[in-house]
Amino acid sequence: MASILAVDDSASMRQMVTFTLKGAGYDVTEAKDGQEALIKAKSNRFSLVITDVNMPNMDGITLTKELRALSTYKFTPILTLTTESSAEKKQAGKAAGATGWIVKPFNPDQLLATVKKVLG
Amino acid sequence: MSIDMKQFHQTFFDESFEGLDIMETGLLGLEVGAADEDVVNSIFRAAHSIKGGSGTFGFTDIASFTHILETMLDEMRDGTRDVTQEAVDGLLESVDCLREMLNAASDEADVDKDAVAKVQQKLEAILNSGGAAPAAVATSCVSTDDDASNINATGWSIRFAPHLGMLTTGNDPARMFRVLEELGDLLVVADVSGMPIYDEFHAEDIHISWQLTLTGDVSHEQVADVFEWVDDECDLEITELSESENLPEISKPDEPLAVAASNVDEQPKSDDRRQGDRRLSKSSGAESASIRVGIDKVDDIINLVGELVITQSMLGQVGAELEAEEQGCRDAIRIERLREGLAQLERNTRELQESVMRIRMLPISFVFSRFPRMVHDLSSKMDKSIELIISGEQTELDKTIMEKIGDPLVHLVRNSIDHGIETTQERIAAGKPETGTVSLNAFHQGGNIVLEIRDDGKGLNREKILAKARERGLVQDDELVPDEKIYDLIFQPGFSTADVVSDVSGRGVGMDVVRRNIRDLGGNVEIHSETGVGTVMLIRLPLTLAILDGQLVSVGKQTYVVPLTSIIESLQIRCDQIKTVAGQAHVYLLRDEYIPIIRLCDVFDVPARTADIDGGLMVVVEGDGQKAGLVVDDLLAQQQVVIKSLETNFKRVDGISGATILGDGTVAMILDVGGLIAYSKSMDPAVIRSRKNDNEHMIQQDRESPQEGNEMVMMKMNKEAADERNTVH
Repeated sequence: MASILAVDDSASMRQMVTFTLKGAGYDVTEAKDGQEALIKAKSNRFSLVITDVNMPNMDGITLTKELRALSTYKFTPILTLTTESSAEKKQAGKAAGATGWIVKPFNPDQLLATVKKVLG
Repeated sequence: MSIDMKQFHQTFFDESFEGLDIMETGLLGLEVGAADEDVVNSIFRAAHSIKGGSGTFGFTDIASFTHILETMLDEMRDGTRDVTQEAVDGLLESVDCLREMLNAASDEADVDKDAVAKVQQKLEAILNSGGAAPAAVATSCVSTDDDASNINATGWSIRFAPHLGMLTTGNDPARMFRVLEELGDLLVVADVSGMPIYDEFHAEDIHISWQLTLTGDVSHEQVADVFEWVDDECDLEITELSESENLPEISKPDEPLAVAASNVDEQPKSDDRRQGDRRLSKSSGAESASIRVGIDKVDDIINLVGELVITQSMLGQVGAELEAEEQGCRDAIRIERLREGLAQLERNTRELQESVMRIRMLPISFVFSRFPRMVHDLSSKMDKSIELIISGEQTELDKTIMEKIGDPLVHLVRNSIDHGIETTQERIAAGKPETGTVSLNAFHQGGNIVLEIRDDGKGLNREKILAKARERGLVQDDELVPDEKIYDLIFQPGFSTADVVSDVSGRGVGMDVVRRNIRDLGGNVEIHSETGVGTVMLIRLPLTLAILDGQLVSVGKQTYVVPLTSIIESLQIRCDQIKTVAGQAHVYLLRDEYIPIIRLCDVFDVPARTADIDGGLMVVVEGDGQKAGLVVDDLLAQQQVVIKSLETNFKRVDGISGATILGDGTVAMILDVGGLIAYSKSMDPAVIRSRKNDNEHMIQQDRESPQEGNEMVMMKMNKEAADERNTVH
């Protein structure tokens, strides 16, 4: 089954995302910020990265740029979790190389639908 | 799929409260006018997380409230809004309000809606007054051509020409087509006319464009959704399919090409993925994680480990006895093996005990974190400029002690601010820096945790305290009083030297309660002060409430435990040093000071081995700032004992703080030195003597006396210990 890296500094969001995706049979690894995510991404090969934007140490935009610079993540789908109000955040994510976004707040069903969209 | 979101609520509350603490600390540290970017960022992030979480977990009122905060903080972050005192105060107030709202949500209770609305209005007013940019329109603006979103079209013709680098954003045309395929019948025609010659071909680029025909009951929105993420990475035309329009004919031969193109990157990916999965399962074990466990479960383990320690020391004792008896006999080797095993058991038990105890330990920052806010509020209230310095906040302390030390600490810090630190004018007049300093520190010292509260204020007024004490008859007019005694006076009930009673402190209630609370935790508090320079208050606390380092002493057939921390020295009694005061009480001349002699055999009414104390042993102890000499028959081992509560097994007894079970299964009382000194004072020596002479076996009427308590508990706990042993066999 596809393995997913879920990055968020909020423990409850990570918990929710992990629970939902694991329930659907995906393999999920968590990271609490961009820095941790990048380390984990380098030692693994995830099929999808879902990342929050606002995080300490390394934000989601920088993480996306860093991942895209790695040959192993050149084509990997990367989704950003972004709030409705930040239309510019979606663009910033896209400009950094993100595949798309999931608008917060979202429910488990919306999350799964979006993940299916990129993982098939 | 339906998931109960409630299971994530506790985590959300926990992290939100943490976030609020971060916001509060950050806001308190913000310098008006010149805000630190990192600090503003961390405050913003905390608000942002709370907003995101509350929206996701269905707390919409919290989400919309936090949205205002977030907007304001975002402007500060961008530099479009100045950090004003008004804004900081407003944000601090909102933090309090959010805390209330989260508490209410967590208790499933109603929140005070009026209060929330008031804070919200205030915040909105600040938001609208300052800052440049008006709040961004928060509604979604995804669908642009509304007239096209009519449903029930027969189908759509889609011209999709990705830009060269679209694949490098992780968007894969083949995948998008699969999504479209699920919506209706899809016909894909690839246009490969843009394909370059082989030498110029890059596998990462897309040179193909597609003409898609999707037939079925599909809305424009559904189609647009599929291409939402690649809006600006492709040329896209979505037009309604008219009935008359002819379907493109040649499709079949081209299709494999399109698939082949997307396979270029699909193939190696799936290989790597498998490899990655294997590596993933290896590394995931290295993650550090924590679990939440009920404190009762931890306490159960701690109790069990306590029992284990007792069992282990029982076995150790049996082992030692065997070794002594069987020396030289043919079982010597087996006994040697037993001894080794027992030594290992002892080591493991001790390590187990230490690790279990550590579970209950938390960093003192949990208590210290409330002070920045308190000092901020108090200094503005009293118009004093005060800087708070916190250090040693990572020092760990038992959770129960932590919970109980908060209030006394608050009281002492308040006192320092109210009575210690002078007003700005007074400080300038005294040639001190305008800003007063209060520092909080925590550190380990000799098996204890020491909390230090230090201020550079005016110090305690020795004369004023003394005058007050004389007035109250606590000190004789001509009595010479050492400094320690004077500072001890302020811990007397109802003692206050404040000229004006403020609403912060100074009602004279408190210091005695503070000391009592600290003593209840097995700790003590002492004060050092220098007029004009400042005051230092030291709170000494035990690391844990479950075990105690003790000195075992014997009196007659009984064994008692004296807490090591209260022992000053042990010495052999010299008769010529004993003086009789007022014809009754005995005192001992210890160097240049007289200390009362307490004969444990009298206090606990157990027959001592010898009646003559000359040449006997005396343990000099200190409790509550008073010294005394305890006369004992013998000094035994020093060891850690597991404290058993006397209250839960029997009842409170004066002079005794608890009991423990020793290695041989007997019960030993743990002495409460302070209480013992106070109790022995209240006993009339003449009464003891006459009682002893009259009837050795007289049944005590006074049920609260230590003598009777001692016997009763001994019987009860001995029986328990015996029962336990019986069940084991």
